[in-house]
Amino acid sequence: IMCASAKYNTRGPALIPRMKTKHRIYYITLFSIVLLGLIATGMFQFWPHSIESSSDWTVEKRSVHDVPVVKLPADSPIPERGDLSCRMHTCFDVYRCGFNPKNKIKVYIYSLKKYVDEYGTSVSNTISREYNELLTAISDSEFYTDDVTRACLFVPSIDVLNQNALRIKETAQALAQLSRWDRGTNHLLFNMLPGGPPDYNTALDVPRDRALLAGGGFSTWTYRQGYDVSIPVYSPLSGEVDLPERGPGPRRYFILSSQMALHPEYRLELEALQAENGESVLILDKCTNLSDGVPAVRKRCYKNQVFDYPQVLQESTFCVVLRGARLGQAVLSDVLQAGCVPVIIADSYILPFSEVLDWKRASVVIPEEKMPEMYSILQSIPQRQIEEMQRQARWFWEAYFRSMKAIALATLQIINDRIYPYAAISYEEWNDPPAVKWSSVSNPLFLPLIPPQSQGFTAIVLTYDRVESLFRVITEVSKVPSLSKLLVVWNNQNKNPPEDSLWPKIRVPLKVVRTAENKLSNRFFPYDEIETEAVLAIDDDIIMLTSDELQFGYEVWREFPDRLVGYPGRLHLWDHEMNKWKYESEWTNEVSMVLTGAAFYHKYFNYLYTYKMPGDIKNWVDAHMNCEDIAMNFLVANVTGKSVIKVTPRKKFKCPECTAIDGLSLDQTHMVERSECINKFASVFGTMPLKVVEHRADPVLYKDDFPEKLKSFPNIGSL
Amino acid sequence: MQTRKKYIFLTFLASWLLLFFFGGDQLRHFAFFSGRKAKARRNWPHWTDRSLLKNFADPDELQRDGDLSLLSPRERRAAWLSVSKSSRCRMETCFDFSRCEKHGFKVFTYPQERGQPISESYGKILSSIERSRYHTANPEEACLFILSIDTLDRDHLSGQYVRNVDEKIRSFPLWNGGRNHLIFNLYSGTWPNYTGDLGFDIGQAILAKASFDTESFRPGFDVSIPLFSKDHPQRGGERGWLYQDSVPPKKKYLLVFKGKRYLTGIGSGTRNALHHIHNGKDIISLTTCKHGKDWEKHKDTRCDKDNVDYEKFDYQELLHNSTFCIVPRGRRLGSFRFLEALQAACIPVLLSDGWELPFAEAIDWGKAAVVGSERLLLQIPSAVRCMHPERVLAFQQQTQFLWDAYFSSVDKIVHTTLEIIKDRLSPHRSRSRFLWNALPGGLLVLPDFSTHPGEFPFYYLQHGSSPSKKFTAFIRAVSPAGSLSQPILRLIQAVSGSQYCAQILVLWSCEKPPPPIGKWPQTSVPLTIIQGRRKLSDRFFPFEAIQTDAVLSLDEHTSLSTSEVDFAFVVWRSFPERIVGFPTQSHFWDPEQGRWGYTSKWTNELSIVLTAAAFYHRYYHSLFTEYLPAGLRELVDGLAACEDILMNVLVAAVTKLPPIKVTQRKQQKEVVAQQAQCRDGAAGTRPPGQRSPSAPHSAPAKMKGTARSGRFSQRQDCLNQLADWFGYMPLVSSQLRLDPVLFKDQVSVLRKKYPRLEKP
Repeated sequence: IMCASAKYNTRGPALIPRMKTKHRIYYITLFSIVLLGLIATGMFQFWPHSIESSSDWTVEKRSVHDVPVVKLPADSPIPERGDLSCRMHTCFDVYRCGFNPKNKIKVYIYSLKKYVDEYGTSVSNTISREYNELLTAISDSEFYTDDVTRACLFVPSIDVLNQNALRIKETAQALAQLSRWDRGTNHLLFNMLPGGPPDYNTALDVPRDRALLAGGGFSTWTYRQGYDVSIPVYSPLSGEVDLPERGPGPRRYFILSSQMALHPEYRLELEALQAENGESVLILDKCTNLSDGVPAVRKRCYKNQVFDYPQVLQESTFCVVLRGARLGQAVLSDVLQAGCVPVIIADSYILPFSEVLDWKRASVVIPEEKMPEMYSILQSIPQRQIEEMQRQARWFWEAYFRSMKAIALATLQIINDRIYPYAAISYEEWNDPPAVKWSSVSNPLFLPLIPPQSQGFTAIVLTYDRVESLFRVITEVSKVPSLSKLLVVWNNQNKNPPEDSLWPKIRVPLKVVRTAENKLSNRFFPYDEIETEAVLAIDDDIIMLTSDELQFGYEVWREFPDRLVGYPGRLHLWDHEMNKWKYESEWTNEVSMVLTGAAFYHKYFNYLYTYKMPGDIKNWVDAHMNCEDIAMNFLVANVTGKSVIKVTPRKKFKCPECTAIDGLSLDQTHMVERSECINKFASVFGTMPLKVVEHRADPVLYKDDFPEKLKSFPNIGSL
Repeated sequence: MQTRKKYIFLTFLASWLLLFFFGGDQLRHFAFFSGRKAKARRNWPHWTDRSLLKNFADPDELQRDGDLSLLSPRERRAAWLSVSKSSRCRMETCFDFSRCEKHGFKVFTYPQERGQPISESYGKILSSIERSRYHTANPEEACLFILSIDTLDRDHLSGQYVRNVDEKIRSFPLWNGGRNHLIFNLYSGTWPNYTGDLGFDIGQAILAKASFDTESFRPGFDVSIPLFSKDHPQRGGERGWLYQDSVPPKKKYLLVFKGKRYLTGIGSGTRNALHHIHNGKDIISLTTCKHGKDWEKHKDTRCDKDNVDYEKFDYQELLHNSTFCIVPRGRRLGSFRFLEALQAACIPVLLSDGWELPFAEAIDWGKAAVVGSERLLLQIPSAVRCMHPERVLAFQQQTQFLWDAYFSSVDKIVHTTLEIIKDRLSPHRSRSRFLWNALPGGLLVLPDFSTHPGEFPFYYLQHGSSPSKKFTAFIRAVSPAGSLSQPILRLIQAVSGSQYCAQILVLWSCEKPPPPIGKWPQTSVPLTIIQGRRKLSDRFFPFEAIQTDAVLSLDEHTSLSTSEVDFAFVVWRSFPERIVGFPTQSHFWDPEQGRWGYTSKWTNELSIVLTAAAFYHRYYHSLFTEYLPAGLRELVDGLAACEDILMNVLVAAVTKLPPIKVTQRKQQKEVVAQQAQCRDGAAGTRPPGQRSPSAPHSAPAKMKGTARSGRFSQRQDCLNQLADWFGYMPLVSSQLRLDPVLFKDQVSVLRKKYPRLEKP
């Protein structure tokens, strides 16, 4: 409907002016009616919809106690125990996931039922608050589908988060009678507290056949790498307590232990540490004499001192997370939330989301045997790294621990990444905190390659109509030994380029590309004709550069292929009076940009300029017919984090004879405009990517007292 | 008439549209109501009483976590040790950490027995270990043991299969049930099912095996290694084939495969299906049935045509000209093709379900390979076609980085295996996944130096940080007399005048004690004297006192001005991973003599910056002292003037980039090129070629030709020995020098920041 109306409206105005007024009125009325009709249609589309969905709402608005009851006969089948050899390629049916343009798996959730045994005794609590949150999160996510036939992954609504809250055999029976169970293929169970006394298995004891397990306390023996997902044990304090992030830095205590239920052996070892290292180690325990009404879970004690938990965790640099009866501990979540670096002492424990998270950046893992050395081990960690770990710990909590939603989505994403590995989320996306993502640079040309000299470079001359000057440039540039092709971008649509016979005869191929529109960005288009990595962008009036200078520029580019290598340099400065950036073309001791009137750079940056320039910069440059070079400098510096390289003393392009500084005396408005560009671009990029340096590149023997004949590049011009 | 017609037509059109809108809408409403139930998304309900639901666990239950009194941790650990079967081995149950505590990570190789045949590949593995800095000849010191029995090929149909391994092993007194042993294997099992069977009981030994399957792989204990051929070079290794970064990838083919298919038996399914994706244009997938002796027996209908097509393309040509290469399983999970594709920058598309990828404990293969599923072969073409060009470019570069860092030689494969195991011994002193997967790679990053990326010279950009703003001047003093020479006094003055200087360290490398502190000049920065051991390699020892990122390495006779130092330091901060310095030299290949030559003459190129006046990152001291094997440092100590070449070679091997030369006020090559030694003697009279660590030189100006050429030939020797040790020539040449922006420009001196650099 939207498309139809738009089409009609745009056609309308073109017809109207040719009609008489009377008819015009008539038609206007007609169109108004059509328009009204449209609006009405739109209203009809939306009104009933929302009314209806709210009526659906009421249908769905029911209590957990109203869900259907399913009676499990005593002899109903029990699934096999979990198969330890299961891997994605053996136990998972990928065909269900199919090819998917969005590369997202589809997850189906079984509807909630209450399971009772033959005698009507319930099998478990229908659903816990956390499991309900988890399922709600999945249901609200992009992964969700309500179409069981299209689903790739099935999540039972049977709550197995806590093994102690369910009856094992009956729960297994309940799983087995799910409509698509099929030996548990593609079924995902979430469990946080596995095992039970006396031996506390590290994985859920409920027989589950081939089902995947997202478990909260795996050991290396029960975890099926690449199949199961290790998840955190959710701490309800995450939702209840608001601990504002604390800046990284030294804390009052160095090591803190806050767990209440520690095996006496561990406690002895911790106390030995405390005895040895004094007040920097704090070993807390449960409080014995709290007044009534004070929740014991929110207090910790050391001798007679009472501390608030989890607030006290923020007072320590390192917080011990020891294994209890189980490997996974909820305290890990509290510790991360407090920005305290967890010291994990739990041999064989598979850390949460270890498939994707790099725990070495956020925690210290110490083997149980080495507990006595804990203090010295932690002391050997440099302060800078501790601070980063503190930030990282907090970030892990925020991203992957803080809510059941975070846990659910991270789990699904991990499984998704396995099924669509070519669209998987990268290490950096999983692990870098937003601040690091923002400040770090990943250079797209990161491999240190020195391109072979034989490749040569392609010169691109952007021209409009200065044919004479253009021909001179072509002749000059063609003298450069490493030139491999010359491309003229003819930016004039009203005039044809000169005939073939008129062009200078040069030793390399010369191609003329005609453009559809006179735009500056045409100079930076990644033309197929560019077959070399190196591009020399050169204006059609740059004739004073010597062949040696250009060849040397190319050699310098080969040593710095990921940078802009150019001749005259420019600088950006912070204008303290105006509180904004200023463009500087004076001959300064510093350089942060090079002009692209003559500059070498990698063809890849043409691709980036054309397709990946942030914001509206590209159009803005085309509209203003200025600053394309500044935009290119910004782009390259932003993506590589590196400075430009200015080569040779060359300072100016225009009028080689005059000594006046260009810009200053000539064109004040030009300077103002250039300054505006810098400010505009800095705001679009959200940062000032340009790097200021104090050096330029000269040939090794430049101006040395040495016979000119023996120098590779004797003819380096000046100024 | 015309217009009226038009009007009528338009009216008609308008009313028709109106009708369509309303009528259509009505129609749709019917469908809407009937289809609604099926179409509307049925989300998980918002229960009215959801806020009343119980928590999954009582807070108290969570914090107390079960009954603890049942099993003591110590008992539990003891129980692990006693009951654990070898198939369930983990480091904490099957590895004796205590062996590694006293002497650190030392590796012992069993002495080779006479008449014990050893394959070429296993010979290379053993010699890699013997060349490594972890090797020890004393089993008492050892933390890890390597058998001298060749266990690479355990296919009992193979000629290299060693019999009665079990018996032999049991006779070794050090075997100890396989504890702390590392066993290498490339081929296991045999026709028809090629299992992981090795034909002997490895006990509790760690297995480093190619074609590991995830099921029998003991995570965190075994190591998966790549399959490599017997021609794989011992050291150095070939470069990768990517020499051009282009977007979009300008390769002729998108996806290629050329190889055998097996017709029957294990692994045949995957390869037999490969022809389905062949399109003859940009996807070339060719198989031949010619495999084994009796292939014609199993021959199917496609074989003849396939065999003909197969011959039309050349494997190497395809490898070089394709963006993606299919790497399907063979009989076993791994294949040579994996490393071949990696080297060729042809992004591997793995079709080998259940393969534990090589070094996956360290390497993030998701950045360099497409891990496909054998079952979803038909999705592969569209999946790789849809990959963004930037991603393809990043993958290509990553293949080259991984190839060069971990796979290009047997040395690298073996050392990576050792480093992975070493990292497990002390998890808190190990490399993070980031360090393994970023340039220059895990082998060149010593966790004993630091585990923090910000302290290395390589990661400033990725880490979003920058090198520290001060440097430590490190002067090697060799003054013969008990007093200080004029040059060193001047040097201390000049350096301490730099606004970036944090401290001055003097390495006193003479037998005579240094002058008392009162005789040293007064400086604005702290000056510390370290007593050295008179070894040349000493100057690159990672002294505790060096706390800044930058080190300015100086010789006593170096003459520098404050502006030179300032400028060079500012330049270094832009290139913190390189050596930035003043006097330079260069190397060249001498085709006549068939060896590397070296020159200190003025040339248009440079590849060595003398460490008599150079800035570099302090990490290179650690790398020099701890990464290089002791033998190499001994070599350097034996030659008079080799240590700075070694430093340059080392940094070039790490960065693959040339050093940087900065402007120097006046040429003082003659002065600083000298490695002056203590004890003034008959300078210049020593005959050439004499190798003496204390070859005396003094006032350099007095140098005579013979000594100079002796020094030269020593340096040349050194260069060639280093190239041999590294397996290639790491030095890279540069044609440029960095000068201040206004250097020697015809502008007022007052405008220049470094005017003093231009004074004659």
